[in-house]
Amino acid sequence: MQQAKCLPAQADRHFFRETGMLTPEENTMNNKKSKVVQYNRWGYIFLIPFLVTYVIFQLVPLADTIWNSFFENYRSGLKQIGPNFIGLANYAKILSQGDLWKYAGNTMIMWLIGFVPQIVVSLLLGAWFTDPSLRLKAQRFFKTVIYLPNLIMASAFAMLFFTLFSDGGPVNSILMNLHIISQPYRFFASVAASRILVGFMLFIMWFGNTTILLMAGMMGIDQSLFEAAEVDGATARQIFFKITLPLLRPILVYVLITSLIGGLQMFDVPQVLTNGTGDPARSTMTMIMWLNKHLYSKNFGMGGALSVLLFIITGILSIVVFKFTGTDTDK
Amino acid sequence: MKKKLLSVVLASTVVAGLAAGCGSSNSAAPAASTAKDEAAPAATQAATEAATEAATEETAAADEGKVLNIECWNTEFQSRITDHYPGYEKVDDTTGKIGDVTVNWHITPSDNNAYQNNLDQVLPDNASADADKKVDLFLMEADYAKKYVNADVTMPIKDLGITDDDLKDQYQYTKDIVKDSNGDLKGLTWQACSAGLIYNREAAKAALGTDDPEKVQEAVKDWDAFKATAEKMKKAGYTMCSVNDTYRVYSNNVSAPWVQDGKVVVDDNIKAWVDDSKALADAGEENTFDLWGDDWAKGKYPDGKVFCYFGPAWFFNFSLSADDAKSIAANGGWGYVVGPQSFYWGGTWIAAANGTDNPSLVKDIMLKMTTDPTIMKEIAQKDSDCVNNKTVLTDLASDDSGNLALLGGENPYKMLADGAEKVDMSNISDYDQGCNEEFQKAMKGYFDGNYKTYDDALAAFNKAITEKYPDLTTD
Repeated sequence: MQQAKCLPAQADRHFFRETGMLTPEENTMNNKKSKVVQYNRWGYIFLIPFLVTYVIFQLVPLADTIWNSFFENYRSGLKQIGPNFIGLANYAKILSQGDLWKYAGNTMIMWLIGFVPQIVVSLLLGAWFTDPSLRLKAQRFFKTVIYLPNLIMASAFAMLFFTLFSDGGPVNSILMNLHIISQPYRFFASVAASRILVGFMLFIMWFGNTTILLMAGMMGIDQSLFEAAEVDGATARQIFFKITLPLLRPILVYVLITSLIGGLQMFDVPQVLTNGTGDPARSTMTMIMWLNKHLYSKNFGMGGALSVLLFIITGILSIVVFKFTGTDTDK
Repeated sequence: MKKKLLSVVLASTVVAGLAAGCGSSNSAAPAASTAKDEAAPAATQAATEAATEAATEETAAADEGKVLNIECWNTEFQSRITDHYPGYEKVDDTTGKIGDVTVNWHITPSDNNAYQNNLDQVLPDNASADADKKVDLFLMEADYAKKYVNADVTMPIKDLGITDDDLKDQYQYTKDIVKDSNGDLKGLTWQACSAGLIYNREAAKAALGTDDPEKVQEAVKDWDAFKATAEKMKKAGYTMCSVNDTYRVYSNNVSAPWVQDGKVVVDDNIKAWVDDSKALADAGEENTFDLWGDDWAKGKYPDGKVFCYFGPAWFFNFSLSADDAKSIAANGGWGYVVGPQSFYWGGTWIAAANGTDNPSLVKDIMLKMTTDPTIMKEIAQKDSDCVNNKTVLTDLASDDSGNLALLGGENPYKMLADGAEKVDMSNISDYDQGCNEEFQKAMKGYFDGNYKTYDDALAAFNKAITEKYPDLTTD
């Protein structure tokens, strides 16, 4: 600590000399109140915990992943093969197989199935909750309830759905007792049903969170705008589309990008729901589930290459979304 | 000045907190090496204590270890030991005592290969592990036994002092599975898992007009007869079984191993399983439920309307829910016949981990649990297991002592003993488990219609196999 305390002090003095400003000592002589500049270095010290954690747990693994992706390195049973440097062969293999695009497609389809209803419902709920003229009762209760599904662990939630929708599960017996179907419907043998289930679960889990975010955005809009619109005779629909939505755009973009990134990393729900198989016929296999498949043989080379590609895809998609929904007002 | 003091205090709290975070993780690490700990002053005291403790224990364990660690994937062996090993006292669900030795059960379920991943992690470094952490015994299944037997993580049992003479009553196939490439035996089992067809007597009466084992065997004596019976079962409102039930019957009767010269080859008999199963599943005569799933397990109850399961003797006790009064098994409603082809399924081998510090206890457990005739007979009678002992089995087959209540008083031991003599282990490979699992998964997609053709499903299987075993090639 002793050392740390005096080093930045010297640096400070150097800084002051360079910029032609008065050093604190000189300053004290002139004006006793301007000591505040000295506190700068505490900022850096407060940053140390974050920085150390970030470097150890994020930056080093990140570099390590990229480094690993150039090696052939896996286990077969108790045998270790590699690491042998093979350049870009892992990338070539992944890109030439074409599976990545199929699984990327699966991921996006399931994300959209969940995201579209999610944003619609959240906008609707957000608009209702923030509209003072509706005078909704028990708002607090409903806000808590819609958020609750997010508190359940995704895997527990997936397990629950797996049991509910299994061939002999409660959903099938209810449908059969109501005479809607005569044979149990095999949800997990149907591509559409499995994907819809995954999307539906993501919707249930995340619409509460999105509602809260959008509500925060809506409450940030100046109330006088709404009042002015009302005075001018705008309908509720006009107010929503002409005032709320345009002013909500920054928050919407934020929701879209975070949800997209989260969606690309979709893993736990389909993994648990299909017991890691991505069945039927690998139509619910996401990119991360595929990555997980490579870890069975501790295939760090392929796993690393896949992660780097995933990183690039995520980056490109985020930039595209950001460009198309840009926040500049003259568009 | 006050503000500055506050900043110093706050900043040092944050940084110290970070350092303390590292420190406490050091002191918590069980096998903390002393050298490392000295570098982190914050943790010195705790580490010294830990080191002293470890040192004392090591001197105490100079003779033989005081802790016996057993790796397993379910509670089957644990309950055998609890019930039959003399002197074993149960402490709680995962610990027990034999004399003054503590027995720790490390249960890692087999799902998603977790059990083997765990073994792959701990076994190679076992010799240098802490005395109390050393794995002493571990269990393995036939599907992957070769993988561990051919690596030097298992101890030849002759090094424990077990002789061929001790094992003269055991079936040859149970020894073949666990022989390494030098011919050294590296594990023992108490089970002889020849398997057959376990049928629902109620269903047999409804569709075939009889539940007499001889007549039922006639109706399922080969695959053509089996298919004809499946048709009758459907008319009577029963499903024959799951396509996954019959898989082992086919896959045990292959003419070549899964992997030949690093290449995965689908045997003709396995292809026959696909063709037969597709036809039966399309006709609605077989279902495609996963083994061990809830839907599959419904057949153990009268309402499940399932004609049969395929399984060995451990299946009677372990998998038919005999302890539930509503199940078919509790009412003695099952029968046992050999079925279309004889096969074997599973069995649990006990292996000594290289580096064990309890060799004499390990030897005693292996001998008592797999060769002692009294214990063997007890296991057969109490747990309806088919034990790996020719004399005991002949004994059981010869009189009423082998009659099983859940089979309606039928005595299956003659059939089981005959089957065990016939088991041929020449076509097993290191990769059997992965291949069997992935093949069944891929073909399920074909049976359910999600893969249009067999070739599509086969391509999916090939893909999954090269993900699991990057060193293998496929067509």
